[in-house]
Amino acid sequence: MSMTITEKILAVHSGKVSVVPGELIKVNVDIALANDITAPLAIRVFDEMGVKTVFDQEKIALVPDHFVPNKDIPSARQAKIVREFARRHNIKHYFELGDVGIEHVILPEKGIVVPGDLIIGADSHTCTYGALGAFSAGVGSTDLGVIMATGQTWLKVPATIKLVFEGTPSRWVCGKDLILYSIGLLGVEGANYKTLEFSGEVIKNLSMAQRLTMANMAVEAGAKNGIFEPDEITRAYMENRSSMQGSFLESDPDAEYEKVININVDQMEPQVALPHSPDNVYPVSEVDPVVLDQVFIGSCTNGRTEDLQIAADILKGRSVAHGVRLIVIPGSPHIYKESIKNGTIETLLDAGAVIGPPCCGPCLGGHMGVLAEGEKAVSTTNRNFIGRMGHPKSDVFLASPAIAAASAVLGRIGSPDELLQPKF
Amino acid sequence: MKIEGRAWKFGDHVDTDLIIPARFLNVSDKDELAKNCFADLRPDFVKGVRPGDVIIAGSNFGCGSSREHAPWAIKAAGIKVIVAKSFARIFYRNAFNIGLAILESEEAVDMLSDGDQVSADLSSGKLQALKSGRHFSAKPIPAFMREIIEAGGLINYVKLKKAA
Repeated sequence: MSMTITEKILAVHSGKVSVVPGELIKVNVDIALANDITAPLAIRVFDEMGVKTVFDQEKIALVPDHFVPNKDIPSARQAKIVREFARRHNIKHYFELGDVGIEHVILPEKGIVVPGDLIIGADSHTCTYGALGAFSAGVGSTDLGVIMATGQTWLKVPATIKLVFEGTPSRWVCGKDLILYSIGLLGVEGANYKTLEFSGEVIKNLSMAQRLTMANMAVEAGAKNGIFEPDEITRAYMENRSSMQGSFLESDPDAEYEKVININVDQMEPQVALPHSPDNVYPVSEVDPVVLDQVFIGSCTNGRTEDLQIAADILKGRSVAHGVRLIVIPGSPHIYKESIKNGTIETLLDAGAVIGPPCCGPCLGGHMGVLAEGEKAVSTTNRNFIGRMGHPKSDVFLASPAIAAASAVLGRIGSPDELLQPKF
Repeated sequence: MKIEGRAWKFGDHVDTDLIIPARFLNVSDKDELAKNCFADLRPDFVKGVRPGDVIIAGSNFGCGSSREHAPWAIKAAGIKVIVAKSFARIFYRNAFNIGLAILESEEAVDMLSDGDQVSADLSSGKLQALKSGRHFSAKPIPAFMREIIEAGGLINYVKLKKAA
């Protein structure tokens, strides 16, 4: 029976020859993930179940990344609960400051997740690992607690929407723009309970960093998972990262899709999601030149070496506009180091940016760069809900690192083209 | 299980940041979380909510983050059932897992207003507006998920299954 890549991974992990959309299946989990916000609740569930040992100490990843370095006493207590649990159960993939980065950045980087895996995480952006050709989905803490005990969970096999990107993207159009455009097209619940499969010529040439950005935001259209067929770019990315090669699966040519949407990128501009929804998307040229207070470049969406480099290329020899705070957070210690070696960090500092330690930073409005009432920010993150980055009366505009960097220089929302080709 | 109370009406796409903003996620105690439920969106909710009250909401309720703190905050505030046009995927799972009943009914959501008195029968999915006497039927909950609700959540369900 012909299947999509998602159906193939689910079949393998449920011990079936094939699965069909709508079927309820019990699956074996390769990696179970939680962070300093969601793990304490999952640990409570685990303890309430009266289980003595985790299902596999090598298949659980606990990553304190949201409120670290700890911002206050209660958050320090949450992190301590996770630390003590990790020690007690000898969890292999527990990371402490100095080694820790954003969960969805370090799991692929360290080769903990590989193509063909089934990953379940107590974080909605767990869908990021679809970039590698893995099935990965977010759940809540109770599901995760049960998985830590049993190694299994139930899933409903999702129907797949295939997005086919064709054409030649213009200079500043990157993965972030493709996914923002797609969310604008589908709406925030357009893919609820479903899979988004990304394909087409544009995708074949897309770097792993940009694929990770796209898969990361699949959940903003409501999707259960977003996925790419692994290819030579995946193989090159995996090299030297993991002893496990993983399974390189592909959708069958006659696999059934609920919908196939063709998107031509020839005329596509960089995209911006206006407050207060990730589907409120417009081409940058149609966005009012809103005056900014803050620009944030980082997060599980756009905190990778390539993202920081794109920003630095635009900021080189320029300065952040007066009155704008530019916060840059490398997604992991490895990325931080790479960005020091290749000169990115120096360029960013020269331009007037402040560099934060690897963590989620201001993305979720609890820590490190919270917005005041009435403030406006461009952010390379994934959500711009009311109050997401601070005061309920602050505004967040989602965009790519290129748009964020250019906007930081302009002091308002704008495109790098405005810097490179001055208007006369 | 039958409950009766006031309807708290919300619109479409109520995300988990609105249910409980991230600045309150530095604790995981349920009663502490309940204190900040809908803190920015509906500051009158926590003071006014009574056991038996019902949340009525539009489509895609609970979208956004996977934080289970959101359904916990709602449940610990005294809500036993949410009726919405549709729910975001992770919230749907989380609500069942912690024993918070959720029902889907377009009609009930369209016809009920904030402050209306409502009764809800969780096992049959039947709803009634007490003033007009009007009845509504929600989509039936899949049997195995109903068992989870009746057990009081996934943990108790697993324990019961193990004991059986």
